[in-house]
Amino acid sequence: MIAELGHFALMIALAFALIGAVVPHIGISRGNARLVAVADNVAIGQFVMVLAAYAALTYSFVISDFSVIAVASNSHTAKPLLYKISGVWGNHEGSLLLWVLILTLFACAVSLRGRFLPARFRARVLSVQSLLVVGFLLFILLTSNPFLRLDPAPVEGNGLNPLLQDPGLAFHPPMLYLGYVGLSVAFSFAVAALIEGEVSPLWARWVRPWTLAAWVFLTGGLALGSWWAYYELGWGGWWFWDPVENAAFMPWLAATALLHSAIVVEKRDALKSWTILLSIVAFSFSLLGTFLVRSGVLTSVHAFAVDPARGVFILGFLAIVVGGSLALYAWRAPKLAPGGVFGLVSRESALVLNNILLSTFAAVVLVGTLYPLFVEALGAGQLSVGPPFFEYAATVLMSPLIVALGFGPLLAWKRGRLGRAAQIVLPALVVAAVAALAIWWQTVGGAVMTAFGLGLATWLTVSVFLEIAERIQLFKNPEGAFRRLRGLPRASWGMSLAHAGLAVILFGVTISEAWTEEELLVMAAGDTAEVGGFTFKFGGVAPVAGANFTAVRGFFDVSRHGRTVTALTPEDRLYTDPVMNTTEASIYPLLRGDLYAVIGEAAGAGRWSVRLYFKPFISGLWVGSLMMMLGGILSLSDRRLRIGAPKAKRAED
Amino acid sequence: MQRFLPLVIVLALFAVFLRMMTLEDRNPNEIKSVMIGKPVPEFTLPGLLRREAAITDEFFKSGQPVLVNFFASWCVPCRAEHEKLMQLANEHGATIVGVAYKDEPSAALGFLDELGNPYQRTAVDRDGRLAIDFGVTGVPETFVIDGDGNITYRHWGPIVGDGLEAKVLPAFEAAQ
Repeated sequence: MIAELGHFALMIALAFALIGAVVPHIGISRGNARLVAVADNVAIGQFVMVLAAYAALTYSFVISDFSVIAVASNSHTAKPLLYKISGVWGNHEGSLLLWVLILTLFACAVSLRGRFLPARFRARVLSVQSLLVVGFLLFILLTSNPFLRLDPAPVEGNGLNPLLQDPGLAFHPPMLYLGYVGLSVAFSFAVAALIEGEVSPLWARWVRPWTLAAWVFLTGGLALGSWWAYYELGWGGWWFWDPVENAAFMPWLAATALLHSAIVVEKRDALKSWTILLSIVAFSFSLLGTFLVRSGVLTSVHAFAVDPARGVFILGFLAIVVGGSLALYAWRAPKLAPGGVFGLVSRESALVLNNILLSTFAAVVLVGTLYPLFVEALGAGQLSVGPPFFEYAATVLMSPLIVALGFGPLLAWKRGRLGRAAQIVLPALVVAAVAALAIWWQTVGGAVMTAFGLGLATWLTVSVFLEIAERIQLFKNPEGAFRRLRGLPRASWGMSLAHAGLAVILFGVTISEAWTEEELLVMAAGDTAEVGGFTFKFGGVAPVAGANFTAVRGFFDVSRHGRTVTALTPEDRLYTDPVMNTTEASIYPLLRGDLYAVIGEAAGAGRWSVRLYFKPFISGLWVGSLMMMLGGILSLSDRRLRIGAPKAKRAED
Repeated sequence: MQRFLPLVIVLALFAVFLRMMTLEDRNPNEIKSVMIGKPVPEFTLPGLLRREAAITDEFFKSGQPVLVNFFASWCVPCRAEHEKLMQLANEHGATIVGVAYKDEPSAALGFLDELGNPYQRTAVDRDGRLAIDFGVTGVPETFVIDGDGNITYRHWGPIVGDGLEAKVLPAFEAAQ
């Protein structure tokens, strides 16, 4: 009964979305304000309906109603409650429903938060959003209905893939979806602007917070995903350049570029056509990711069960949305009058450089991801593009970006002076060069790239501080510096924090790549091993049992210079439903690095194969990502982005 | 005209996607064999049946095409394709060499007793060395070998549905 209600709610939502996609345009062309206002009501209505459907599915999962196919094939009574709830999005049908839920949530948010937008423009935005909802709901109802029944109902379900039964991964998909789908708002704004044939600085001001919010979620989703890979897959890696990881990384790159180009539109009324294109491309990358995961064209650890009908449907939908919006762009872009001009050396140029490098990188990742597919399509056999390609591209393209990042924020709008900016960042250059040379000398010329990477990270860190110092005139006029520091807008703090976060990530990547120590050993109880200056003493194994798994747990006492540091207890789990082995690495983060232990197979005679790592400063990856997210949130809370808020509110800030 | 560029790129991309998705029997998880056109690797393996002599790569140089089928008693898809193998041997008179992959000889014998024996010769590959030399990615896999001992075709996964008529038989006939 509940499942049927959910199914019914989806159909009503579809009806709402159809109305919302069509009626507002009629209202606008006829000048009928009441028809225009339908967009708002429909946005709220479809959200409520999809929410009801989602609640119905969650309920079916929680009570383990195995007469629903999606529940029977993906859940199990012995599963902890958290994973019953997260199991809703741990499968193709449920994850699509979550996708639509977030899509309607954003439409609803635009309707409620966007009261200051001109009614006509808001209606256009919401109708584009409704069109997307129509597409996804049709996809769900026609090919991937989560409410289909099974008769007779099995007594027990198939269970959820044990790799997904993990708190980190429970929140990875919703986070990522909030990011992916958040970009739909920028897309809808772009399409609406193309229909209206006008992009104003105000447009950029509306789009920026939405893009920023999506970017924060995307950053968080990617960081959670790589953190999960790091501790759950048990071989110490954190990024694999898997096609689907790339599919999530490309929207992030595009969103990052969009964030920066929208600033130019807002401040200087330039780069309009490019920014519109970027809005379309960013969301298209999100859709591409969905397509790649669900169509079965590529092989990936992330792929859902393959069904050709689904693939063809979603490709058709993709063709309409992406092809349609790009055709609209090709048709209407000439209407967007180019705005302010700027000199070769200016903040605008620096942001253009940022955009060129980021989008080139996104294009390179796209080519690398799809190249094997092209080669196969041409009948030239199979091949795969591995990490060395992507790592090389990242180094070549991101290094100049980071160098430019030191200068960019110091250049003036319209016409800057490179000499003056260079003067300010000179100390950063000196510190970075000294640091790089010192490391190079320390490692006796062995690790040029390590020295280079650390030099870049140092350069970026110091220049972030110098930029703040320059803003508050710390050196020129020190008396009022503290007062000016407090007066800095939050957006500027956000920028500094996010840029510093990038530096911390760079430190983490470079240091952990260069100085990770790894030992693959066979140990018996009582054996000790030295890794990274720490002594790991193996204390044997013991069997343990969880709700739906049994495990072998290994015990390690870790000490340094005779003083106990911590105890590590990695597990090798055997899940029962479905039967599957997972490794649970045991990790102890220290300030200078992570201690990381994995227990493997029994090697006979009471000996076990174990892997022990010391990974210096790898936490920099997640700390840096967190700093980027916080930077984004800080910027979002800036007064400037809350335009339309009544003036009286200013007193609160 | 550069404003049309993104549209053109995207349409080309979609054409490739559509082609790859509608391509018949394309499995993205399948790894193409690099052994096609190469001679059968050198090997000597014990026979499975009682008093069956050891089998070597010399067997494939008889001038007649031969099929090599990797199977195991613990492999469910092998069970599924077994009927087609029987058909190949009985109706089409194909010579099939069975290789019991990582299997207990007694279990493999039980498997053949239960379902029938389509193989003219059966080899025991207990540690899976021959499977590595053939580049087998998992059981079952079936290779067509021509009269000169060269591998001409590899069938990935079980021979089910119209796999026999559509793929294996034509490859086998081509090897005559």
